[in-house]
Amino acid sequence: MGDYTFDEIYAIVVMQSFSGVSLMCIYILMGLGLYIIFGQMGVINMAHAEFLVLGSYTMCLFSKFVTENMPAFENYYVIFAIPLSFGVAFGVGYLVEWFLISRLYHRPLDTLLATWGLSLIMQQCFRSFIGAREMSADLPEWLLGSWAASDIIDIPISGLVLLLLTVFLIVGLALFKTKTRMGLRMQATTQNREMTGALGINTKMTDRITFGIACGISGIAGAFFTTMASTSPSAGTNYIVDSFLVLVVGGLGSLVGLFVSGGFLALLSSILEFFMTGSIAKVWLYLVIFVVLMKFTRGLFSDKVRS
Amino acid sequence: MPSNTDYLLAIEDLTVSFDGFKAVDELTLYVDKGELRVIIGPNGAGKTTVLDLISGKTRASSGSIRYNNVELTSMREHEIVRAGIGRKFQTPSIYEKLSVYENLEISYPWGRTVFGSLKFTRTKQVIDRIQDVAQQIFLSDMLETQAELLSHGQKQWLEIGMLLVQNPELIMLDEPVAGMTAKEREATAALLEKIAKERSIIIIEHDMDFVAKIADQVTVLHLGKILKQGSMDEVRDDPVVQEVYLGH
Amino acid sequence: MINPINQAESSFGKVLYERLFKNKEGLIAFAILAFVILIIFPTVLSPFRLNLTGKYLCYAFAAVGLVMCWGNAGILCLGQGLFFGAGGYCMAMFLKLEASDPESTAIQSTPGIPDFMDWNQVTELPWFWNPFKSLPLTIALIITLPALLAYILSVFYFKGRVSGVVFAILTQSMVACLWYFIVGNQGYFGGINGITDLKTLKGWDIRTEDAHYLLYYLCCFLLLFCILLSRYILSTRLGRVLIAQRDKEMRVRFSGYNITSFRIFIFCFAAVVSSIGGAMFTLQVGFMSPNLIGIVPSIDMVIFTAVGGRESLLGAVYGALAVNAAKTAFSEAYAAQWLFFYGATFIVIVLYLPKGLAGIYHDHIKKWIGKSMSSSKNNDGETPALVTEEKNAE
Ligand SMILES: Nc1ncnc2c1ncn2[C@@H]1O[C@H](COP(=O)(O)OP(=O)(O)O)[C@@H](O)[C@H]1O
Ligand SMILES: [Mg+2]
Repeated sequence: MGDYTFDEIYAIVVMQSFSGVSLMCIYILMGLGLYIIFGQMGVINMAHAEFLVLGSYTMCLFSKFVTENMPAFENYYVIFAIPLSFGVAFGVGYLVEWFLISRLYHRPLDTLLATWGLSLIMQQCFRSFIGAREMSADLPEWLLGSWAASDIIDIPISGLVLLLLTVFLIVGLALFKTKTRMGLRMQATTQNREMTGALGINTKMTDRITFGIACGISGIAGAFFTTMASTSPSAGTNYIVDSFLVLVVGGLGSLVGLFVSGGFLALLSSILEFFMTGSIAKVWLYLVIFVVLMKFTRGLFSDKVRS
Repeated sequence: MPSNTDYLLAIEDLTVSFDGFKAVDELTLYVDKGELRVIIGPNGAGKTTVLDLISGKTRASSGSIRYNNVELTSMREHEIVRAGIGRKFQTPSIYEKLSVYENLEISYPWGRTVFGSLKFTRTKQVIDRIQDVAQQIFLSDMLETQAELLSHGQKQWLEIGMLLVQNPELIMLDEPVAGMTAKEREATAALLEKIAKERSIIIIEHDMDFVAKIADQVTVLHLGKILKQGSMDEVRDDPVVQEVYLGH
Repeated sequence: MINPINQAESSFGKVLYERLFKNKEGLIAFAILAFVILIIFPTVLSPFRLNLTGKYLCYAFAAVGLVMCWGNAGILCLGQGLFFGAGGYCMAMFLKLEASDPESTAIQSTPGIPDFMDWNQVTELPWFWNPFKSLPLTIALIITLPALLAYILSVFYFKGRVSGVVFAILTQSMVACLWYFIVGNQGYFGGINGITDLKTLKGWDIRTEDAHYLLYYLCCFLLLFCILLSRYILSTRLGRVLIAQRDKEMRVRFSGYNITSFRIFIFCFAAVVSSIGGAMFTLQVGFMSPNLIGIVPSIDMVIFTAVGGRESLLGAVYGALAVNAAKTAFSEAYAAQWLFFYGATFIVIVLYLPKGLAGIYHDHIKKWIGKSMSSSKNNDGETPALVTEEKNAE
C-alpha cells in the first residue's frame, strides 16, 4: 500500500465501502434467512445459496420476458421482479420444507449433508432446465448510474437502492414478526415448540411458512445479485460459505451481530479486493475471520451465558 | 480476599443473572465437612443453577465459591472435578451405548488425560473397585448390560455409582430419586446414608418424606435467595415456607 | 463386550488381538477386506482399473479419518481436503523438484526450478520449497504438517467450545481458504492447474505399470495399517471417552476429563491419516491440484464415510470404493442424471440409512448369515465373502 497518499487511501476506503454496500446487503439478507431457519428449526441450510440463484434467475428471466414482450415496461419491471423473486423462492422453499427439512429437525449435522445433496440437485435443475450458460438481467438505466459525491468519490446508485430496500425489508420483517398473528406464531414456535403445539397452533404450517420466508428473503438477495454479477447454475457456491461466516462472526443468535458482521465483512472484502487479486483477498478475509473467531469463539455479539 | 474458613464449601454473595434475570441472588451458604445438606424449593427457585455454579457449568456474575479454601469460580469443570467435587444431573446422564461396567470405568479417576487414557489398562485394582461400587448401587449382576436397557431408577443409581467410582469428597445430587418406585427410594435412602458416612453431600430434592428421612440440615431456596435454613421440622413449621412451597 | 475379569489376566498377544479385532467376527471382516484389496483386485482388474482403484483407496484414508473424528467423536469436518491436500502437496512438491533438475529444465530462463515458477517470473526457488529436496524431510512433513495445521486450526475453537455445525462450517471455510491460497499463488504452488508432470521418486519412474502395482500395494498396506491403528485407539479408554463425549458431553466433563484435548487429539489424528492418503494419491495419480481438495471433494469425503457407515472403519473403505466406482461409471455417460442421483444419495443416507452400508450389514445381512449358519454349519470362510460382494455392488 506504500504507493498511495493518505488522501487516496481515504478515497479508496470510502469508495470501496460504498461498492461494498451491495455485497453487504446480500450478506445480510442471506445471513438473515439462515438465522431464521437455524433459530427456529435448528437446521443449517446448505442449499440456501441455491435459493439466491433461483431469485436471480427469476429476475433474469422476467427481465428477458419484459424486454421481449413489453418494451414499454422496461424501466419499471424491477419493481415487480423483486416480489416475484421472493414468491418463487418462497414457493420452492415451502415445498422443500414439507418434503425434506421437516424430517430433519434438530439434527443439525445431518441437515448439513442432506441440504448439500439438495443443493446439488437444485444446481443440476438449473443446468437442465434453464441452461448452463451465464445469464444476466437488463437493468434499467436509472439503476446503473453513479453519483459523484466529490472529485474522487463515485457512489453507485444500485448500492444505495439496495441498501434502502434492505432496510425496508428488515423493518417490514420486524413488523411482521411482532404485529401479525403469523409472526407471533413464529416467535412462539422458536421459543417453545412443545408448548406452542399444545396450545393448538399448527407448528408444522408455521415451520413451512417460516422456511419459505427465509428462502424468499434469499430470493430477494438473488434479485439484488443481478446488479453485481451474472448468474450461473453454480453462482451460489461462492456465497454460501461467506454467508455462514457472516452469521458465525455475528454470534449465531444475534441480529445486531448479523448486521454488524455483514457490514464488516463486506467492507473488508471490498477494500482487500482493491489492493490485491480476488483470490488472495479472499485468503486474507478468511484469515481475519479465523483469527477473530479464535479470540471471540462465540462471535462478536453473543450472550455470555454458557448453554 | 475472603479469609480462610473451616467449611468444606463456602459460598458467599453468589449472584448469576441471565439477561438481567437473577436466577441466584446474593446467595450465602456454608457446608461443613461430613454434612448432608438438602436444598429444597419450588420449581425455578434456582436450585439446579446453584449446582451449575459450583460445578463450573455456569459462570457466576459475582461472588465467590470456595472449596477447601480454593476459589472455584474461575476453574474449569474438569479441574473442579479433580479438586474433589462430583455431580449428578437432574435427568439421568449416562452413556446409553456403553455397558454398565464401561460406564463406571470411564469415571475411574486415573488416566484422564489423552495419553493416560491411551495407556489405561483394566488392572485388578480397577475391576475390584468397580465391582465394589456396583455392589453398592445394586447393579452387580448387570455389569455387562447395555446401559440404555436399565430402568429409570437403575439409571439414577448408575449415575450415583459413577460418582462413587470417582471417589469425590463432596457429592452433589440433583433430584436423585425422581422417577423411582417407593421401594427404590428406600434403597436409595439407605445407599445415601451409607455414602454420607465418608463424605459430604448436597442433595436437591422435592420429595418431602424422602428429605425428612435423610436430612441433617435443610435449606429452602426461593427466587434465588435463601428463605429459611434449619432442621426439617423447623423448616416444615415455618409459615413463610409453607406459603411458598408446601402450600403449592 | 470383553469380559473384564478375563482381560486383566490374559496374555499380551490376546489383549492385542482383542483390541484390534474385538472378536472372531472382527478378524474375519478385516481379513476379507485385506483379501479383496490385496488379492482379488490385483488379479481381476486391468492395470488401468487397478490404478483407479488405488486412487479411490486414497480417498478411503480421508474417510477413515472422518470415521474417527466425525463418526466416533462427533466432530464433523467438512474440510478434510485441507489435510488430504497437505499430504498431497508435500509429496507433489518433492516429486516436482526432482522432475525439475537443471538438465531437464535447461530451456527455462531459470533452469532448476519448477516450470510453473518460471512461467510466472519467479527466478529463485522460494525458501519454503527447500525441505522438499529431501525425501525423509518430505515424509516427516507429510505426517507433521497436517497435525500442526489441525492443531492450530482447532485448539482455539475447541477451547472456546465451538462444536457441531459451527465447527463444520469453519472447517469448510478453511478448505476454501486453502483453495484460494493455492489458486492465488500461481508462481509458488502452481495455481489452479496444480502441480503436474511428476515423473520419478528417487530416480524410480512412478508412471510405469510396475510402479503402479507397487504403489497400489503400498497404499493398501498403509490403509490397513491406519485402520488397525484406529481400531486400537477406539479399543482403549480414549475411544470410549470419545464416544461418551459425543453423546453426553457434560457428563464426561463432570467425570473430570478435559474434553478439549481429546477433541484436538482425534482431529489431528484424522488429519494425519488423511494426509497419508493425499500423499499416496499424488504418487499414484501423478499430479495434485486445488480442485482435488476444495470444498466439493471435501464433502465427497464425508459422503464416502456416510455411505460406508459413519462409525465403521471398514465401511469407510467400502463407501469410498462404492461411491467412486459409481461416479466413474455414470458421471461421464449420464452427467445430469448422475448429479441428481448423487444429490439424492446424500438425502437418502441421512433420512433412511444413517448407519450406511455397515448398518445394512448389521441389521439385515448379519441376521441372515446367522440363520443360514445355524441351519448348515459347514464353513465360515465363504459366506461372509458374499457379504462383501453385496456391499461392493451397492
Ligand atoms: N442457562 C440459562 N439461561 C437462562 N435462564 C436460565 C438458565 N439456567 C436457568 N435459568 C433460569 O433460572 C431459573 C432457575 O432455574 P433452575 O435452577 O433450573 O430451577 P430449579 O430450582 O427448578 O432447579 C429458571 O427460571 C430458569 O429459567
Ligand atoms: Mg432443577
